Amino acid sequence: MATANDNKTAIAKQFIAAIPHSKALGMKVDLVEAGRAELSLDYDPRFVGDPESGVLHGGVVTALLDTAMGTAVVNHPQSNGGTATIDLRIDYMRPATPQQTITAKAECYRVTRSVAFVRATAYDESDDPVASATGAFTVEGVK
Amino acid sequence: MKKPEPVQVIKQRRDAALAALAAEVPYIRFLGVEIERRGDELTTILPYSEHLVGNPILQALHGGAVGAFLEIAAQIELAWSIYWPQMEAGATGLKTIPKTIDFTVDYLRAGLPRDAYARAVVNRSGRRYASVHVEAWQDNRQRLFAQATGHFLMPAQNE
Repeated sequence: MATANDNKTAIAKQFIAAIPHSKALGMKVDLVEAGRAELSLDYDPRFVGDPESGVLHGGVVTALLDTAMGTAVVNHPQSNGGTATIDLRIDYMRPATPQQTITAKAECYRVTRSVAFVRATAYDESDDPVASATGAFTVEGVK
Repeated sequence: MKKPEPVQVIKQRRDAALAALAAEVPYIRFLGVEIERRGDELTTILPYSEHLVGNPILQALHGGAVGAFLEIAAQIELAWSIYWPQMEAGATGLKTIPKTIDFTVDYLRAGLPRDAYARAVVNRSGRRYASVHVEAWQDNRQRLFAQATGHFLMPAQNE
C-alpha cells in the first residue's frame, strides 16, 4: 500500500515536471516528506560554468536548491498551495565534481502566517557538501 | 603626440574580449544570456524563453533562472573590470571567470514573461576578494524585479 509520503512524492514529481525550467535542467524528485524535499540533477556539459575544469555553473546549483526549497515549503503541513522566493542566500563551499549528480536536500523548518523559513544543502556524490542555502519564501493560504 | 587608435580597432578589440569571456561558458549559452556594451558599461540581457519559466500558470521566470542570470551579470562585470586595463594594453585571451563565494538574491517581484536586463557594480575589489551588487529590471529601469549581492574570489593574475 502506498504511504502518505509516497503519495506526496508522486504529486511533487508531477508538479516539478510541469515547471519548464526544472524540466529543462532535468530535475528529479527523489523524496518528499512533510516540510522536506530532496531533488537531484544529472551532470550535463551544457550546464558547465568553468570550461577548463568542467565544473557546473553556480546558477545550476542555485536553481536546484531554490526548487527543492520551494517544494519543501508547499509540502509543509501548514502550507496550502503555492509559494514564491522572497530571499535566497547561497554559500558555495567547493566546486561540484564534474560528471557527478547534484542532490539538494531542503528543510522548511518554520512557517508563520506569511513566511516560510527554509534551509538546504547541496551535495555531489560525496557526503561533503558543495553548497548550502537559506531562504525566506511566501506562504499562500495557511491552513 | 601619438595619433589615437581608429574607432573600429578599439571597438573590435573590446567586443572580441567581451565575447571571449562569455562564449567560453556553456551555461551562459544554455540560458541564452547576451551582453551589450557601451564603452565600459555592460548590460546583461536574459531574452525571454519558455525554458526559463518557473510558474507555468503565471508564466513567471524561475527563481533559479533569475538567480543564475544575476550571478552571471555579476561575474562578467567583475571579470570585465579586472581585465579592462590589460585589454586596453593589448592583451588577449582573458577568460577566467571569478569564482562565487556566496550570492544573496532579493526577489522583489515576479519575473514577467519578457526580456530582463541587469547591470552590476563592483563595490569593492581587493587582491583576493570582491563584492559585487547587481540590479535587474524588465519594463522599467526604476522598478527592479530582483537585486543581488555576491562575494567572489579574484582570479589569479598571471604576472
